[in-house]
Amino acid sequence: MLRFLVRRVIFGVVVLWIVATVVFAMYFIAPHDVARTLAGRQANAETVAAIRHNLGLDRPILSQYGSFLWKALHGNLGYSYSNSESVTSLIGHGLPVTVSLVVGGALLWLVLGVTTGVLAATRPRSVVDRTTTGFALFFYSMPTFLLGEVLLLLLFFRLHLVGIDWFPGAGFVPFSENPLQWARYLILPWLTIALVTAATYIRLTRGSMLEVMGEDYIRTARAKGLRKRRVIYRHGLRAAITPVLTQFGIDVGTLLGGAIVTENVFGLPGLGQLVISSLAKQDLPTVIGLVLLASAFVVVANIIVDILYSVLDARVRLS
Amino acid sequence: MSLLEVDDLHVSFSTPDGVLRAVRGISFAVDPGETLGIVGESGSGKSVSTQTIVGLTQGARISGTARFEGKDLLTMSESELRTVRGAEIAMIFQDPLSSLHPHYRVGWQIVEMIRAHEAVSKKEARKRAVELLGLVGIPSPSQRVDDFPHQFSGGMRQRAMIAMALALNPKLLIADEPTTALDVTVQAQIMALIKRLQKEFGTAVIMITHDLGIIADIADRVMVMYAGKPMEYTDKRTLYHQPHHPYTEGLIGSLPQQGGRGSPLKSIPGLPPSLLRVPKGCPFHPRCVYAMDRCAGEEPPMRQVSGGLDHRSACWLPPEAVGTTTDIVVTRQELARQGRSSAQEESA
Repeated sequence: MLRFLVRRVIFGVVVLWIVATVVFAMYFIAPHDVARTLAGRQANAETVAAIRHNLGLDRPILSQYGSFLWKALHGNLGYSYSNSESVTSLIGHGLPVTVSLVVGGALLWLVLGVTTGVLAATRPRSVVDRTTTGFALFFYSMPTFLLGEVLLLLLFFRLHLVGIDWFPGAGFVPFSENPLQWARYLILPWLTIALVTAATYIRLTRGSMLEVMGEDYIRTARAKGLRKRRVIYRHGLRAAITPVLTQFGIDVGTLLGGAIVTENVFGLPGLGQLVISSLAKQDLPTVIGLVLLASAFVVVANIIVDILYSVLDARVRLS
Repeated sequence: MSLLEVDDLHVSFSTPDGVLRAVRGISFAVDPGETLGIVGESGSGKSVSTQTIVGLTQGARISGTARFEGKDLLTMSESELRTVRGAEIAMIFQDPLSSLHPHYRVGWQIVEMIRAHEAVSKKEARKRAVELLGLVGIPSPSQRVDDFPHQFSGGMRQRAMIAMALALNPKLLIADEPTTALDVTVQAQIMALIKRLQKEFGTAVIMITHDLGIIADIADRVMVMYAGKPMEYTDKRTLYHQPHHPYTEGLIGSLPQQGGRGSPLKSIPGLPPSLLRVPKGCPFHPRCVYAMDRCAGEEPPMRQVSGGLDHRSACWLPPEAVGTTTDIVVTRQELARQGRSSAQEESA
């Protein structure tokens, strides 16, 4: 177990290093000049040169790369080109927003997806099965921005017009400030992210359950005279949940790097917004920092999924 | 009164290709402590019929009755049936690895069985699980009780299944090909274990198998099934020495030890019919060496033949044409030829 962890962490660090290098390299291959952009149209050559010197862009690429890696190893991702804040503090502002959005949405879609999936699987080809599968596909086919806007139109705008102010249109209140307001501001984003994603989980759970419920050990469970609910949940779902949780870990890991569309639709100042703005401003240190963070989330999510797998299934040994 | 009396059981399934008639009218009885063997090829309906009796077939059309201690299992409510299942009628299955839940410890699974039917504490149930594992011959049961099924060998898994099945001292054990997935040496051990426990607990057993050797070993009475129908029903001695049905004769003839060394293995030509399109008349007639014209037109009912005390067979051959010796076989062939030629004369 420990050996497994050590190996996976080393492997993860290597992945992150490769990601950082690729992103870094892309910025030098792409034909653009950050100093020129930052200096503005009117600037003369000296101003541009001065900015270039300030940012360290006149140093040899390898030396820039070396100092970037060295600082990154010490948790210093440099300073943003566009506003002189450190990248870590920019991330520090955005991260709680994204984590709030993703964790809430993820729990919602997990519960929604798994319960509906089990329901559909235990009554295959029934009305319940067909209806839920239909709904799931409907939301699955819907682009996030459209669903977000529709929810805003119906639950914020229309209700607002008749004087009902349950759902705010945009913004974020930190949990530490006011948990109730925090949840109120996040309900619509949570719904959006959950509805779009739940379909995958319904289908995954349904398929996995259908397979498991045909297994011999389910027949044994029924032959033992257990209650139907117990057969379905303790025996069926217990075995069917493994692939679902694997997908869950990877999805959450990916989204934590920034739920770009949802954050933009609902004006949430999270990492997704930061990705968009730093890309638009060609803010190299911030972009690299965000890409690294997103990759780190995926790497960590994968390690957690592997550990979870061995906890859930006694037959899986980590080595 | 018999412990279990099944009368005219029919089971069919709707499939996209039509109605699959898996069981087409079987009747049998099991007395307390007795062993009934059900023999047949795969797809003959032997597993379906027993699983239907305890309510384990889903989406099937079922008719007939199955009285267990006088109460019809087929019309019982689900909750009533649940109290019978596991506690009164227990089952073991072919593949012990896939029949045990891979995510739960063996002991946990036995404890669950006990606590589903009896209000005992977890500690008490666990103590009994350890005892049961010891009883079925698992070494150091107090440690192995916490193993997962994959840590057990094939034979030990089936022992654990048996321990679970016998946990509540059921009156009837349905063993559905319990040794098919096991090594030959382990097979013998498992059969010996079942026999020992049956004697100890007085449990009646329905032994489902395609292996006539197992029937010879354990059964009191035997039902031979083919294409969802009973072909022959009798006691074990009569089955081996004075079979009436040509299918039974074929099964016995295909045993390796018949004829000794060097003689070629006999087999029944052809394959069992699809249960979606069972042939008209006797279902076995396309493969039968004695087939007469009548066999293709009329389905023979189960009727009394002269082998044993309660010996029934579904074949148009004369009731007294029983046995496997050369004489009998020749007589049967003669009878069959007469059956064919008389029909030809009639048509001429």
